Amino acid sequence: MIRAALTILRKDLLLEWRTKESVPAMTLFTITVYVLFHFGLDRNALDGDLASGVLWVTLLLAAVIGVSRLFAAEREQGGIDALLLAPVDRTSLFLAKAGALFLFLVAVEVVAVPAYDLLLLGPGLGGTLPELPAILLLANVGIAAIGALVAALAAETRARELIVPLLLLPLLVPLLISCAQATEPLLRSEQGPEDLGRWLGLLTLYDVVFVLVSVAVFDFLLED
Amino acid sequence: MYSKALAPLAIATVVILTATFALVFFYAPLDADQGFVQKIFYVHVPMAIVALGGFVAGGIFGIRHLRSGDSSWDLRSYVAIHLSIILGLGVLVTGAIWAKASWGHWWVWDEPVLVSFLVTFLLYCVYYPLRFAIEDPERQARYSSVFAIAAGAFVPLNFTAVRLAEAYTHPRVLSQTGGDLPSEMRLTFLVALVGMTLLFVTLWKLELTAKHASMQLKKLRRRRAEREAVAA
Repeated sequence: MIRAALTILRKDLLLEWRTKESVPAMTLFTITVYVLFHFGLDRNALDGDLASGVLWVTLLLAAVIGVSRLFAAEREQGGIDALLLAPVDRTSLFLAKAGALFLFLVAVEVVAVPAYDLLLLGPGLGGTLPELPAILLLANVGIAAIGALVAALAAETRARELIVPLLLLPLLVPLLISCAQATEPLLRSEQGPEDLGRWLGLLTLYDVVFVLVSVAVFDFLLED
Repeated sequence: MYSKALAPLAIATVVILTATFALVFFYAPLDADQGFVQKIFYVHVPMAIVALGGFVAGGIFGIRHLRSGDSSWDLRSYVAIHLSIILGLGVLVTGAIWAKASWGHWWVWDEPVLVSFLVTFLLYCVYYPLRFAIEDPERQARYSSVFAIAAGAFVPLNFTAVRLAEAYTHPRVLSQTGGDLPSEMRLTFLVALVGMTLLFVTLWKLELTAKHASMQLKKLRRRRAEREAVAA
């Protein structure tokens, strides 16, 4: 199962490496959203809850792009039939797709978070180590699990471009709450009380529940 | 098949709901702080509890459908979610009225239950576009069940998250009078909850019966058309 998943994952990464479709688009999109927030809020530097909210909303919107492209290659080139005919179970497919999304998100964040520091962030990223990377990684697990599930749900529908954001964003609200709340004290200009443990706990609970739910129901998607 | 016990259920619903109205207006005492406005509590809260119960029930029916492959469970899940969305709209409207009357605003963001209900409601609204964007009936049933299960798991998580995030700045009837709601109020509330649950089950069965009947009718019509085609 793991080997099949790794094979599909390698295929997806190779495809992304050659076409350069999702990750550059997602990264470019985050920068554009920063610019939008700069003009929308009319602020040159953000800190505290505003900074944390802008960062997380931007990352989630970028994730929407990644999710809606997750099955694009299979759908457009007809590779999905071959993938479904291959003797791999759906769980491997889910792990591969979620893994690909996870890595895409990491790649985007490696550029997007320092860019945020450069363009909009007031207090600087120095004080956020090592908490912020940990929050980002936990968040990516949750987004990857939900994202792969939503992508598979939407892949077979007619209005999939509409379904993906409408389905994904409400499902990510608990994740947004815990990430934004956990990041907020890290981005404050003056140090204040932190409540990191509670939010990381909630984030972990969210990840566990949705990885399990997604693995359990993924078998019933993408048949025939 | 679905219409079994529908008539007694409907009668029980009418009786309990009438009793609820009588209790609300003649038996339950006026709230000391909020006065008459607090009576909306007996509609709003049972409606919210039943709607959330309906969403979770939709998820459980979804699990049964995926396990058994019997599409009648998908129909049950669909009707439960459908009715819960209608009740959910009622919850948001009555909640807004209550908020306006007691806090002066139509919408209050630091009321955790209201906010989590809105997020849940928005998520379930996507059930329709998802379901009706899939043409193949077998696949439609399967995908709808997957949605119902994932969203059913989401409901409790979402409530925890929103509740943790919001400061408890506003007094709320349930926590204010607390677990020790005056016994008259508690009795009225419980009767209202039973009435709302019965209403939900009755409407659910009625809708299932109607859907089943119209499917049977369609099947019979198709058979007649085939027969006529053969005869001609």
